Amino acid sequence: MTELQARGVVKTYGRTPALRGVTLDVAEGEIVAVTGPSGCGKSTLLHCLAGILRPDAGEVSWHGHRIDTWSEAARSRLRRTEFGVLFQFGQLVAELTAAENVALPLLLAGTRRREARTAALSWMDRLGVVDLADVRPGEMSGGQQQRCAMARALVTEPRVLFADEPTGALDTLASEQVLIQLVRLAREQRTTVVLVTHEPQIAAYADREVILRDGMVDHTGLGLDTPLPGSRR
Amino acid sequence: MNSGAVSTPHVLLALLAAGARHGYELKRAHDERLPRARPLAFGQVYSTLGRLQRDGLVAPAGQEREGGPERTAYALTADGRAALERWLAEVEPPMPYVTSTLLAKVVVALLVSDVETARACLVAQWQAHTARLRELTAVKTAPSASLDDVLAADFAIAHLDADLRWLRTTLERVADWHREVHS
Repeated sequence: MTELQARGVVKTYGRTPALRGVTLDVAEGEIVAVTGPSGCGKSTLLHCLAGILRPDAGEVSWHGHRIDTWSEAARSRLRRTEFGVLFQFGQLVAELTAAENVALPLLLAGTRRREARTAALSWMDRLGVVDLADVRPGEMSGGQQQRCAMARALVTEPRVLFADEPTGALDTLASEQVLIQLVRLAREQRTTVVLVTHEPQIAAYADREVILRDGMVDHTGLGLDTPLPGSRR
Repeated sequence: MNSGAVSTPHVLLALLAAGARHGYELKRAHDERLPRARPLAFGQVYSTLGRLQRDGLVAPAGQEREGGPERTAYALTADGRAALERWLAEVEPPMPYVTSTLLAKVVVALLVSDVETARACLVAQWQAHTARLRELTAVKTAPSASLDDVLAADFAIAHLDADLRWLRTTLERVADWHREVHS
């Protein structure tokens, strides 16, 4: 079953085209890495798929429902209930403890405080950061913060997790731990993952790699699309 | 890929540092500790032990028979331990020669073929490298992976990653070069 679908998605910032007609299917439970050089449009694509940005042209569907035509309120509700997002850094609220941060999406969705805390602690436990429940982000390492951010992204048990360079600010070992946990939990929960990265080593954790080049999917599998005389492309 | 040959005599000396072992045990220990290396042939174990004994670095340490043929166990000598320590203290020269079949093939492709053939060769190689990167990532993240598996996979992954960066840069250089020549 198709989880997400993009059809001819175009997005332009001012005069700069970011996406120039991207078509992509992501199956339910699949872990897809979106890669390519910086500026290729991979983060913009993630934002369009997650309903954060509305494409200028083309269609974005989730389980067959076109979400690009939905109102901001409807897309925001979808993001709160069905989607989880994980960015490179700066996601945790500095004034809140780790557990309060993780419980936040549930509280926003109307879950009672005690239940939200229990769920938050359970996810923090699965990610090995339950000991940090009452610690504030400023006192944690980058890897610990990122694992708390992952717990927060997963606490609502989303059907899709969008991760944009989730280990970009971490060293090799911390990055590996975060990725191993991300993949393990996604498989356990059958969560679909869209993982944006520019690193081949990170993309190797995914089931499939989609390469963007200059706002388009590159089918040569290389992100290099300079046409040469005589080439058919 | 890295072309540095494993120093079998030194690895065997290191395996004997923990106590005497016979050839069969040494072969098994070698293959376990270096799980991604080419498995050691029995003949190579015995010929290496022969040379190490000739040089006084190992010495026979008794015979053993367990339902099969008699096996000679070997032990590390004081000279053997000293040789091992000297080897460990020596710094490996970082890439003294750039010898790689991959590099040679790309150079040859540019020499004898057109740019598109060279590029096709690079693209095919990129895809093979990416597939291998994926396999090794699966090996190292498998719950059953031992520390030796992870270390060996990490080593290979780091080298594949370096090759991939080189392949990407080379593809861009080839395209630039082609544009310059034909513009």
